[in-house]
Amino acid sequence: MALKKLLTDPPEGSFREIFKYKDLLVQLVTRDIKLKYRRSFLGYVWSILNPLLIMIIMAVVFSFLFRRSIAYFPIYLLAGRSMFEFVNTAVSKSLSAITENTSLLKKTYISKFMFPMSKITACMVDFVFSLGALILVMAFFSIIDGRVLFSLWNLGAVLAIIQGYIFSLGLGFLLAELHVFFRDIRYIYHAFSTMWLYCSAIFYDIGMFYEYGDAQSAAGSFPLATYLAKIIEYVNPLYIYIKQMRYFIWTPMLDEIPYWAQVTVWDFVLGTVYALIMFAIGTFFFRRNQDRFILYI
Amino acid sequence: MEAPEYIIEVNNVTVRYNKATEKIDNLKEYFVKLIKHELMFQEFLGLQDVTLKVKKGEAWAIIGTNGSGKSTLLKVISRILKPYKGSVTVNGSMASLIELGAGIDPRLTARENIYMNGCLLGYSKKFIEERFDEIVEFSELEEFLDSPVKNFSSGMKSRLGFSVATMVKPDILIVDEVLSVGDVLFRKKCMNKMNEMLSSGTTLLFVSHNMATVKSMCNKAVWLNKGKVVMQGDINEVCDEYTNTISEKKRLEKEAKLKKERALDEQAKKLAANKKKKGA
Repeated sequence: MALKKLLTDPPEGSFREIFKYKDLLVQLVTRDIKLKYRRSFLGYVWSILNPLLIMIIMAVVFSFLFRRSIAYFPIYLLAGRSMFEFVNTAVSKSLSAITENTSLLKKTYISKFMFPMSKITACMVDFVFSLGALILVMAFFSIIDGRVLFSLWNLGAVLAIIQGYIFSLGLGFLLAELHVFFRDIRYIYHAFSTMWLYCSAIFYDIGMFYEYGDAQSAAGSFPLATYLAKIIEYVNPLYIYIKQMRYFIWTPMLDEIPYWAQVTVWDFVLGTVYALIMFAIGTFFFRRNQDRFILYI
Repeated sequence: MEAPEYIIEVNNVTVRYNKATEKIDNLKEYFVKLIKHELMFQEFLGLQDVTLKVKKGEAWAIIGTNGSGKSTLLKVISRILKPYKGSVTVNGSMASLIELGAGIDPRLTARENIYMNGCLLGYSKKFIEERFDEIVEFSELEEFLDSPVKNFSSGMKSRLGFSVATMVKPDILIVDEVLSVGDVLFRKKCMNKMNEMLSSGTTLLFVSHNMATVKSMCNKAVWLNKGKVVMQGDINEVCDEYTNTISEKKRLEKEAKLKKERALDEQAKKLAANKKKKGA
């Protein structure tokens, strides 16, 4: 009863108001997905084909570039990259969610949280489609190896996706709100996202840093690489989600799990805490400033 | 529970806009201005201390010249703008025709747009499904249901917008000069629909420059000038006063112009006379 009241009678401008507009969310998300592939010959197949092609290029390039080999590298790459791509696209799309819908915001009242949220949700749906590529590659390796590489563990990836979604919502709200007042945010974010890509261990493994750091300290110098690895592992929430993703998709097919790919309960706790903190910050600032949007768009 | 006396209550509302000559929307400018102490907020009051109390079933016209704050008042009532001071209370469902087809996405088909627009107005999908045929019938767009709206004429678009916006009988209908588009027949159809709503107890807020339409639709009026209420009350009194003032103003302007012209003429005569004297 109390819960029902909480959902049906939310205060104006609060995040909870989106429950009143859930049908609109569905409409906006289906619109984004429909329009993305309308008039394209292969349509939704691109959601799978695109990551597949990029994966092939990256796999070829990086197996030449790095001497050390990671088992089932294409799967390792694809699992990490699709997670990164999800959060990155979701955030960069929600950036302009408010400024793009100027005409709507000026003429009707709807929960403003709706705009970034629909973009992020559409990206998540697209991400789930793109997991088809992962399934294809896993099937391919299953045939080559002559054993089934799928396991029930794979379903755990949902946990990583949920954390990534909540984190994206928080960051998306925050940046969408900032973007209304400072259009520079877009350019800053683009530069930042490149850095983020390299700091998320997509095409290398974090073990490399630890081993280099050990070598540094053995040689008597400051183990900078170890600290870098620690920063990536504990300060970059996106890496935590990528690590979880790999833990559920990639590690179950290994005979021996490398120490740097081990995931403990604490990784989930830390990932969830980061997601919730980001969400709280995002909604707080978005809610506080949403009434001023109309004066700046 | 006692029903509230007023369906719309606007109490001493002031709306503040930032009339900055240039918009600061990037960080560099922000810091430059901050250092130069130029970050002044040039305020502009769109509405000043406006009070409006509307009872259920009344039809109010909002009149005034361009830039007098009519649209701002409607935006405040429909929650799009937050008042800077004062309060607004609305007891009932609202349908605002502030700009028809605000939520129409040209890339989507008419069918998709009906669902999208309905959801934007806060209706559920099921609710729209039930009324879908009715909406299509009213809009007279049966043939074009599955073609993208970008191929529609502006009249067709506003037909679509009006049909969706009026699919349900709202307690309050807000209309802002939207009926200037579309052909004569459809405009009449819209007028009939609005009249039908009015007679069944819907409260109307209507912005228009056309005194004849206003007088035929409304029974009360509020006259705004430069964000302030000049007069409110019975439609005929307010409208007549408004028309008189406007024509009086026009007459004064004309007189001033004539005076200026005469003065200039005299000056020219004097100059000519001087010239003659010198010549002689």
